[in-house]
Amino acid sequence: MNLTLHVWRQKGPHDKGGFETHRMSDVSPDMSFLEMIDVLNETLIAAGKEPIAFDHDCREGICGMCSMVINGRPHGPEKGTTTCQLHMRKFRDGDEITIEPWRAKAFPVLKDLCVDRGAFDRIIQAGGYVSVNTGSVQDANCLPVSKVAADAAFDAATCIGCGACVAACPNGAAMLFVAAKISHLAHLPQGQPERHLRVTAMVEQMDHEAFGHCTNHFECGEACPKDISVENIALLNADYAKGALWAARPKQLSGDG
Amino acid sequence: MNRWRAFFVSTIGSKIVMAVTGILLLLFVLGHLVGNLQIFLGRTALNDYAEGLRKLGPLLWVARIGLLAAFLLHIDAAVRLTLRSQAARPVPYAKTRHSATTYAARTMVVSGILVVLYVLYHLMHFTWGWVAPQAFALTETVDGAARHDVYGMVVAGFQQPLIAIVYVVAQAVLAMHLSHGASSLLQTLGVRGPLFENVKNYVGPAFALLVFVGYVSIPAAVLLGIVK
Repeated sequence: MNLTLHVWRQKGPHDKGGFETHRMSDVSPDMSFLEMIDVLNETLIAAGKEPIAFDHDCREGICGMCSMVINGRPHGPEKGTTTCQLHMRKFRDGDEITIEPWRAKAFPVLKDLCVDRGAFDRIIQAGGYVSVNTGSVQDANCLPVSKVAADAAFDAATCIGCGACVAACPNGAAMLFVAAKISHLAHLPQGQPERHLRVTAMVEQMDHEAFGHCTNHFECGEACPKDISVENIALLNADYAKGALWAARPKQLSGDG
Repeated sequence: MNRWRAFFVSTIGSKIVMAVTGILLLLFVLGHLVGNLQIFLGRTALNDYAEGLRKLGPLLWVARIGLLAAFLLHIDAAVRLTLRSQAARPVPYAKTRHSATTYAARTMVVSGILVVLYVLYHLMHFTWGWVAPQAFALTETVDGAARHDVYGMVVAGFQQPLIAIVYVVAQAVLAMHLSHGASSLLQTLGVRGPLFENVKNYVGPAFALLVFVGYVSIPAAVLLGIVK
């Protein structure tokens, strides 16, 4: 296959950046998209040029590192697939392919196609966990979880935190990511004690991180490589209203003992 | 920060304010439609209805102020959220390909602004009487007393094709705004579950169609000479 690539190049966070065009010949249709970039980088290195910086890790679709907007779609044209699992057979000989980084104020570009997704980590730190007291191990199955709840929790838990939802959202909102994390724990008994504190803390952090707001375009659900349902966002909205307005908050402790 | 304040300034809280005020505005659109459709019952029915509204006195003002508050809160949330989302993507994509969103959803800001302009025009036309003062001054004599002839005013208004066209276009814009809004507010208010999974997406367009057909029937009937 012969391809023309328009790749975003940016030297660093403060560089203006721009597109660079590369023509590639004899691309194997069996290559993954990232392997195709690897081949391009080999030729760049051999020519003494700076290779294209891009994020990747497991290359088996489970780590959430790869992050490229390919022809206007995060993770490329194939639904429910990460960039690393996208193969060149999905393209045609002679195609022009535009490759851009995730575009969001909350995800600043570090270099070329690499962005800083630390904002997601800070949202998780704000409340995306359950507090577990130490002690001896509980009896297995002592907390009954219905099959329906377990499935719903697991579907949400498949979120790999790649940020494609933010990249796809016309408003640069992180609602699907936060919704997946909220829904994951809200369906399980372990998530109940901190349920409403969690949602208020995580939404507050999400707002603090300069993400946009949800206008229900549902582009996120289409872009998600794990096919996370936008119905989780409805759950997030309802839980937030309860958590922010009605739910009791722990009393402030006075003094330090 | 106080709970209500924190809720009000948050993105999700602001969206919920938009959804709730949206419901109030939707109810107004429906109520106003039911009132207007009485034009098909004849001059006396519509003028009785209009006179009845005027006679509500203080209650009418409660409704007006409530409606104005809903409008202002809705617009305030829209402005704050839109500015926020515009700032959330400072560098645009060179290439975008939408796969789920609709034209109505992407043009909510534009259709919203057009609806505000239309509402102002509509008030100038039929409430304040600035657009067509002669038609606004029409009266009907009932039991020896003169009263405002709303029926005559509406017919005189829509007999002018240009004004009728403005109303039909405005209704199309309003319908577009509602087709996204009425579906969207269900999601924002957390409506979910197997029963609503697909229904949510159809509620908005169905509601918008109902409103459009209902309102447009009036200028259409006047132009076609059914109501005269």
